[in-house]
Amino acid sequence: MFKRIGADVSDSGARVKISDASFPSPFESGLEYGCSARGTWNIVHTGMLMPQAHEIFVCASGCLRGVVLTAAEMGASHRFSTVEIREQNVLDGDMEELIVEGVSDILSKLTPKPKAVLLYTSCIHHFIGCDLPDVYRTLRERHPDVDFTDCYMNPIMRKSGITPDALMRKQLYSLLPQSEKDERAVNIIGNNIAVSKNSELYEICEKAGFTLTEIHDTKTYEQYKAMGKAFLNITTNPAAVKAGEELQKRLSQKHISLMQSFNPEDIKQSLTTLCKELDAEIPDLDAMQKKAQNALSNARELIGDTPITIDYTAVTSPLSLARLLLENGFNVKAVYADSFTQNEKKHFDFLKMHYPELDVIATVHSKLRVLPRVTAFKTLAIGQKAAYFTGTEHFVNIVESGGMYGFSGIVEMCSLMEQAFVEKKDTRKLIQIKGMGCSCE
Amino acid sequence: MKQTARIISTYTADVSGVPSALFELGGMVIMHDASGCNSTYNTHDEPRWYDFDSMVYISGLTEMEAIMGDDEKLIGDIVSAASELHPEFIAIAGSPIPMMIGTDFKAVASVIEKRTGIKTFGIDTNGMHTYISGASKAFCALFDGLCTEKKEKSDSLCVNILGVTPLDFSVNGSVESMKNALIKRGVNVNSCWAMGDTLDSIKNATRASVNLVVSLCGMELARKMQEKFGIPYVVARPCGEMLTDRICDDIKLSAQDGENRFTCIDDADNSNTDIVIIGEGIYAKSLSAALRLEKGVSARIICATENCSVKFGIGDAIARDEEELSELLCNAMVVIADPLYQPILPKGARLLPLPHEAFSGRIFRSDIPDTTESIEIIASQL
Repeated sequence: MFKRIGADVSDSGARVKISDASFPSPFESGLEYGCSARGTWNIVHTGMLMPQAHEIFVCASGCLRGVVLTAAEMGASHRFSTVEIREQNVLDGDMEELIVEGVSDILSKLTPKPKAVLLYTSCIHHFIGCDLPDVYRTLRERHPDVDFTDCYMNPIMRKSGITPDALMRKQLYSLLPQSEKDERAVNIIGNNIAVSKNSELYEICEKAGFTLTEIHDTKTYEQYKAMGKAFLNITTNPAAVKAGEELQKRLSQKHISLMQSFNPEDIKQSLTTLCKELDAEIPDLDAMQKKAQNALSNARELIGDTPITIDYTAVTSPLSLARLLLENGFNVKAVYADSFTQNEKKHFDFLKMHYPELDVIATVHSKLRVLPRVTAFKTLAIGQKAAYFTGTEHFVNIVESGGMYGFSGIVEMCSLMEQAFVEKKDTRKLIQIKGMGCSCE
Repeated sequence: MKQTARIISTYTADVSGVPSALFELGGMVIMHDASGCNSTYNTHDEPRWYDFDSMVYISGLTEMEAIMGDDEKLIGDIVSAASELHPEFIAIAGSPIPMMIGTDFKAVASVIEKRTGIKTFGIDTNGMHTYISGASKAFCALFDGLCTEKKEKSDSLCVNILGVTPLDFSVNGSVESMKNALIKRGVNVNSCWAMGDTLDSIKNATRASVNLVVSLCGMELARKMQEKFGIPYVVARPCGEMLTDRICDDIKLSAQDGENRFTCIDDADNSNTDIVIIGEGIYAKSLSAALRLEKGVSARIICATENCSVKFGIGDAIARDEEELSELLCNAMVVIADPLYQPILPKGARLLPLPHEAFSGRIFRSDIPDTTESIEIIASQL
C-alpha cells in the first residue's frame, strides 16, 4: 500500500541557489523521473504539422505504445501507422526488408495515398547498422508518387550532437523543394506553437510588404512545399536553429536567428536585425517597450509579492523571464529547469550576480518524485511543471512560450499572469493533456 | 506477417508491465532505457501516477554508455538514489537497447544488492513483448526473492489473487469488488498481487490454500507457487454472479483436492458464433463464460496478448497483428473490444465497447466498466 516518504528526504542535489549553480547543467545526472505535466509536444505532434502527410513508426512495441496513443489522443490515428520490430528481426538481419515491406503494406491500405510519409526509425536501427539509405532508395523507387523523409525516434542519441527534438524540427522541412525565390516571402520555421500574429514580427513584415508564413498556415502539401520559395527563414526557438542552418545550406534560404526572449535589449536587437534584413523601417521600439513596461507595472500592482515560479517548458528562455520579472519587482522564487540553453548564459550570469537567492530546481531528479508538492502560501506558477511541483491552482498554462514574441509577448505574459493570479485552474486536468495547442488535423 | 498496424493501437509492453505489477509495494523500479519508456509508462500505462509517489524511474541510458557497456553508471545511479530514498526493494527492467548489448540484469542486480543491502531483482524485459510477459516476470521475481519458505496455512479458506494490475483492472473499483465478491461467498483474500495490498501480505502468500489467477499476468506465478509449495490454482476472473459462484465453488474444491481448475474454460464449440471478444485472454474467456451462463450466448475470443501456454476453447484464437485480427473478424457481427479496434471491424459489424487500459490507455478510462458483480452493461447490448 502507498506510503508517502518525501517528508524524510532532503532536497539537496535537486535544488540549488543560482549563486551556487553551474551552467548549463546545475545538477548531476542520475535516475530520471517524469512528472505528470504533459503539455509539451513530442515528435508525433511535430510531424503532424506537415499537411497531408502520414507518419509511420518502425520500433519495438514498447517504443510504439507512447506514439500510437499520442496519435490516438489527438484524433490522428488515420494519419499514423506502425511496423513492429520483434526479436527475430534483430537476430535475423532482415530489418531493411521489414521496413520496406511493412511500409509498402501500409501504403497499399491507405486511401487516398498520402502525399508524403514521415518514416521514423529508432535506436535499434542505429545500433544494428541498418542500411537506411538503401531502405529509402527502394521505397522511393517503389512509390514514386510519395515523398519520403527520414525521421528518428532515437532518444539514446539525446546527448550525442543534435537532440532528437532539434532533429525532428529539422526533418519537418526536409521535403521543401529547391524553388525560385520570392523576395517578398519570409518563413518562420521550427516552432511547435505558432508565433502570435499580433507580434512585432508580423507587424514589421506586413508593413514592409512581406508575407510571413509558418507551417501552421499551410493546409495542403502544395502550400507546405511553397514555403521553399521564401528567401528568408527566421527561427525563434533554440531547437529550430539546425533547421534554419540546414535550409540555408540546401535551399539557399537565408537564415536569421531571432531568439524569443523576455529581455527588452534582446527584443530590440532582434527586431532591429529583422528590419535591417528586410530593409524595413525600424518601428518605435521605445514606445513598444513603454507599453510592455506599463503592463508589467499593472501586473506587479495586482500580484504584489506573491511568490512566482517558472519552468522551462513554459517558455524557451525562462531565465530571461525570471530576470524581467525580478527587475520589475516581482517575487520570483524559483526556476524549474534541468539545464539551460546557451542563449540564456548572460541572463544566468546576471541573475547569479544580482539575485543570488533565486532557486534553481531540477524536474527529473529522482527526489522530485517524493518531495512535497505543496507551498505554504499562494503561489503563481508560470508553466505546468512549476504548477505541479508547487501544487498551485494559479498558473499560466502555456508551453514553448505560447506563441509570445517581442514586447507584445511581454504584454501577453502580463495579462496571462494577472488572469492566473485571479482565477483558479484545474491543474490536475489541464497539465495531463498531451501536446498543448496541437490541432494538426 | 508484416507486423504492421495501419491504424490500431498496440498493447502495453513488457517493460511497463514490471512497474505496473510492483507499483504499490514500496520498491524502486528502474526501466533501463534512454527516455521514451518513462513518459509512455506514466502517461498511458499508469493511472496511479498522479496520486501516488511510487518510485519508478528510467536510467537515462545514453549512446556512449551503451557502446562502452558502462553498467557502472547504471549501478552507481541506482545505489545513489536508493541510499537517499530507502526503497523496500529494487527492480530493474530492460528495454530494446539493453537487450541488444546483452546487459546482464541478474549480475547488475546482484552488485546493487551487495552494495545497498536491499533485495534487488533484474528482470530481462526488452520492450518487444506485451505487459503480460513483464508483469508475469515481475511477480515471479518478487516471489522468488521474498517468498522463500512455506508459511503455516491460514485457518480459514483463503486465496491469493494473482495477476492484478490496472492495465487489466483499471482504477474503477474492480479490485475491491472482486475481493468483496469472494468474501461474500466465503473465500477470504490472503493477498492480492498486487493492487490494494501490502508487501507484508505478499510475503505471506504461502499461507493461502488456493491461488486465483484473474489475468494472464498471474499464470506463471501460479505455476511456480504450485511447483514450489503445492498450492493449486483456479483460473478465471470474477465476472457476473453465476461465474463468480462457480469460481468460489472451484476454489473450495481445489482447496480440498489440490487440483487446478480452469473455471473460465469449457468444452463448448464457439467456432460458428458471430460474437467475438478481443482482449486479455482470461478476462475475455471469463466474460464469454459468463455470457453463456447468464444469457445462453456463445462468444469466441481472440487473445491479443501472450497466452502463457493457456489453452482456450474451441473456436478461440490468439492473434496480435492487425492483418491476422482482421481475418479472424471477417464473419463477426458483434465485437466486444476496446474502441480502438473499431477501424478494423468488418462492414456491418457492431462494436460493443469494452475499453481496456492496456490497449487504449487513459482515453476511455472513465468508461471502463466494473463487471465483477454484473455483466449487464455488456449483455444488455447484445
